[in-house]
Amino acid sequence: MNRRPLLLGVVSAALFATSGAVRAADAIKIGSFLSVTGPASFLGDPEKRTLELYVEKINAAGGVLGRELELVIYDDGGDANNARTFATRLVESDKVVAVVGGTTTATTLAAIPVLEDAQIPFISLAGGIEIIEPTKPFTFKTPHTDRMACEKIFEDVKKRGLAKVGLISSTAGFGASMRNQCLTVAPARGIEIVADERYAAGDTDTTPQLNKIRGSGAEAIVNADFGQGPAIVTRNVRQLGIDIPLYQSHGVASKSFIELAGAAAEGVRLPAAAMLVPDQLPDDDPQKTVVLDYRAAYESSQNQPVSTFGGHAYDGLMLLVQAIQKAGSTDGVKVRDALRETKGFVGTGGVVNLSATDHMGLDLSAFRMLEIRNGTWQLLY
Amino acid sequence: MRPGTFSKLAILGTLLLVLAVVPLVLPSPFHLRVATLVWINATAALGLALLIGLAGQVSLGHAGFMGIGAYATALGPKHLGLDPLSSMALGIFAAALLALLVGRPILRLKGHYLAVATLGLGILVHLVIVSEVPVTGGPDGIQLPHVELLGRRVTGPELWYWITGTGVVLAAWLALNLEDSSTGRALRALHDSEIAASVVGVDVARHKLVVFVIAAVYAALAGGLFALFNRFVTPDVAGFLRSIELVTMVVIGGMGSILGAVVGAALLTVLPQALTVFHEYEHAVLGLLIVLFMVFLRQGIVPGLAGRVVRRRSA
Repeated sequence: MNRRPLLLGVVSAALFATSGAVRAADAIKIGSFLSVTGPASFLGDPEKRTLELYVEKINAAGGVLGRELELVIYDDGGDANNARTFATRLVESDKVVAVVGGTTTATTLAAIPVLEDAQIPFISLAGGIEIIEPTKPFTFKTPHTDRMACEKIFEDVKKRGLAKVGLISSTAGFGASMRNQCLTVAPARGIEIVADERYAAGDTDTTPQLNKIRGSGAEAIVNADFGQGPAIVTRNVRQLGIDIPLYQSHGVASKSFIELAGAAAEGVRLPAAAMLVPDQLPDDDPQKTVVLDYRAAYESSQNQPVSTFGGHAYDGLMLLVQAIQKAGSTDGVKVRDALRETKGFVGTGGVVNLSATDHMGLDLSAFRMLEIRNGTWQLLY
Repeated sequence: MRPGTFSKLAILGTLLLVLAVVPLVLPSPFHLRVATLVWINATAALGLALLIGLAGQVSLGHAGFMGIGAYATALGPKHLGLDPLSSMALGIFAAALLALLVGRPILRLKGHYLAVATLGLGILVHLVIVSEVPVTGGPDGIQLPHVELLGRRVTGPELWYWITGTGVVLAAWLALNLEDSSTGRALRALHDSEIAASVVGVDVARHKLVVFVIAAVYAALAGGLFALFNRFVTPDVAGFLRSIELVTMVVIGGMGSILGAVVGAALLTVLPQALTVFHEYEHAVLGLLIVLFMVFLRQGIVPGLAGRVVRRRSA
């Protein structure tokens, strides 16, 4: 019988602990909901670490407007419905002045109506172009979009004097979305899509699709996918002896792709953020110091290699802090207006120029064209 | 739920009392939102509690029916130009039809074949929602228009609290009446012994099927209400983990107990919000609490606590 009070004690302690915390009243509260666990944790975890690391650094350096920053982070587990609930909580209970978060496009889209209604500036860390298109008054984002990856690739194809592209993509989320973007921007870039082949996630052979592309007169192949798929496509291209240029997306911008594809990866080109090759950037590159500093700070404190995803969180937090300082206030509308005036902000993702109509502010120079040589990334331009 | 432990009136009275008191003690719209989610989950859990408690069958794909309800409500206005409410009705009808088609052959068999079949069904529904991007919006989800009733917008957490709360009370009332009906008695008989029940003339397969279809209708209703309230649905609503969550709600609350289903739903909806103070250890603490509940209140929270009270009184 005496066990029950103990059990009830544990539960009630957990329930009331939320309301008990008393904090400094004059701290600037910044909210975040991230997919720290679940399928997108490889994105959310470095984002969380980065936010915590830099809020600590900023506070150690005296805070913002003479006030400390206070970070409220919730883990949505990758579930969009949780994200919406946590966004409501950030607005209603925590009364944050701005939100930097939203690991995936789905969690971001779920939270946008809540934050827009409350007129709270929201800087998303997700890739989907629908986040900022059409432009919403209070929603911004830091990462590059699929469309930019397509445009960067097509730009390089043009530079090589080619025009006919064979597209091969996975039917799963990222691949499908990038395929649509590539099909949309191809005509404007003077590119003709002569083949549009697809494979399902988990397929172990893509030679039939590649043979069709070979027969279509394509002068270059573009593969939109991440994970296992691109490695299989890359190997199949070499096995079939197709010797036209092969492009992958920024979805394969990790060492594991080179390991999976092995020697077949030699010569593959891809657009990627400067974070992948900070040492190869020329000394006069504006991003060089920012990326090197971020990498040093992250790797020395977290004991794990840096990723582009944590960089998106760094960019979002710094953009916000700068805007609050410029606005001299934490008022939502004033901070939003200050954000829109951001010009020439150098982040890990690129040089950001925001405006009332552009809430991402990156141009194609934010993507670097890389080629895989001798089992590592080589910066082309 | 054994009749006599609680009377029908006592159960409905408790629910109504909780429904009335909760908005008085909750400080903000955020809390009302969580309470609304509790009522929605409770509606789905109630149906499942009938299936598990009365028919002794488990559905491991129950979120699939929720997904059908939610996506019908979201897609009707977008593709067919219907208003959300009639789309929801269509979704509930579709879920009932699907349950009938799947349940009919399977429930003739003895054993837990329904669990396996619904497991597959749930995953199928989820798969279709995720991959039919042009129709469903895929993994990124889909936005719903505002619901309008008599030319007025149905919006705001308070209003939805009352709508979903009333929904739960009605669902509980129907469930209690079902338990009390001849079908309910037949189901209890076949739950104890199928052979004995069939010997006295109970059509075992038909009765199981009735409960399964009712459970599907409850889940689709919950899904539809969720879509209307949230105005944004993603495939997560039909995911396998959501199905497991629903079964956990029923088991932790007390299998076959009407109040238990509501308590289980409340616990699994509120706890993740309350446990955010533990940061990294959030999931570990949630798991630990569930284990503790199962160790100390083996029959589920409501029957377990009720049993103790009765024992103490008689002692």
